[in-house]
Amino acid sequence: MSTPTLEKKSDGPARSEDATPYITVTFRLRRFNPEELEEAYWEDFTIEIDPKERVLDALHKIKWEEDGTLTFRRSCAHGICGSDAMRINGRNRLACKTLIKDINPEKPITVEAIKGLTVLKDLVVDMEPFFQAYRDVMPFLVTNGNEPTRERFQSAEDRERFDDTTKCILCAACTSSCPVFWNDGQYFGPAAIVNAHRFIFDSRDEAGEQRLEILNDRDGVWRCRTTFNCTDACPRGIEVTKAIQEVKRALITRRF
Amino acid sequence: MSVDSTAPTEPSVDNPAPLIEPPRARTAKTPKATRTNFELYGWLFMRLSGIVLVVLVIGHLLIQLVLDGGVTKVSFAFVAGRWASPFWMTWDLVMLWLAMLHGANGLRTIINDYAERANTRFWLKMLLYTATVFTVLLGTLVIFTFDPNI
Repeated sequence: MSTPTLEKKSDGPARSEDATPYITVTFRLRRFNPEELEEAYWEDFTIEIDPKERVLDALHKIKWEEDGTLTFRRSCAHGICGSDAMRINGRNRLACKTLIKDINPEKPITVEAIKGLTVLKDLVVDMEPFFQAYRDVMPFLVTNGNEPTRERFQSAEDRERFDDTTKCILCAACTSSCPVFWNDGQYFGPAAIVNAHRFIFDSRDEAGEQRLEILNDRDGVWRCRTTFNCTDACPRGIEVTKAIQEVKRALITRRF
Repeated sequence: MSVDSTAPTEPSVDNPAPLIEPPRARTAKTPKATRTNFELYGWLFMRLSGIVLVVLVIGHLLIQLVLDGGVTKVSFAFVAGRWASPFWMTWDLVMLWLAMLHGANGLRTIINDYAERANTRFWLKMLLYTATVFTVLLGTLVIFTFDPNI
């Protein structure tokens, strides 16, 4: 029935024999299993893989073919669910959006859990403090009065105002790249501020004042040191530091 | 899944993450929400005092070190002559206060960011505040009670 597929398959091997796309790459993974060893350690895996594949594919290959105990999170594997943020070659990225050819496969590629959150096993961290900060800024629409019978209207310009911060997928790449968050984890962190920004600047929302009050406190936006780590880390390209600065400006213009 | 049974109690090189009681638990030690604008004013003060200090400090350095013979001219008589004028007294007083508060607030944020234990943080800040108050009061006293005929 599917002759085209069969035809392609038959001359596939012939082509790949001339120039195999596979290269040998070493992955240096940060392993931690509290049930076996109290210390974390580095473990090297050398695999044959197409450099056009992603780091997530390499992790799958290692887990499925070499060491089944390797633990990491992933769900959609297409850069939308935000499960597989990890520190690859010292930078926070999504494993499912990072191609191996883009991160110099000639040297060992280091993969470790994101920093600032308690490591539970291998690349899996306890995300609860991160989500608690997210919940603390009330990331939902708050309105007064009667519900309209139809949708709440909004002009294209009003929608554009917070368009950038709607892209957040809560992967924690920004928050776990923030040196202020690394210290005591009490700072709200870029992700929570981005999601507060999304509602503060939404013309339909009426709790902007409350959210600003929450972020005005000791561990709110004023702890931001403008290091731009969050903007560099964001796999969705959100201008995180800019959003934080806009919240600061909103606080100042509200007061004076 | 129990976090507490498996996670180490102290952050280490291998487990750099601080153990945070989930979910950002409000324990007895957690400071209450202040609901003040202290951090806002602190942040704003750093920006505004910084702008003023650029003018004051560069002017001060030019006069003291560059113009009119440079650093060799600075002597007791030179300082006494400058402080005879209320303008230079005000200049130095404003510079002293702004520089000390600017520096102290900057160090306060650095201590907040880098001190790992609540106790360390508290005592470092107490040391900082004591030093700041002492320097500001001493400097102010000297500027106002300076006697050129000492």
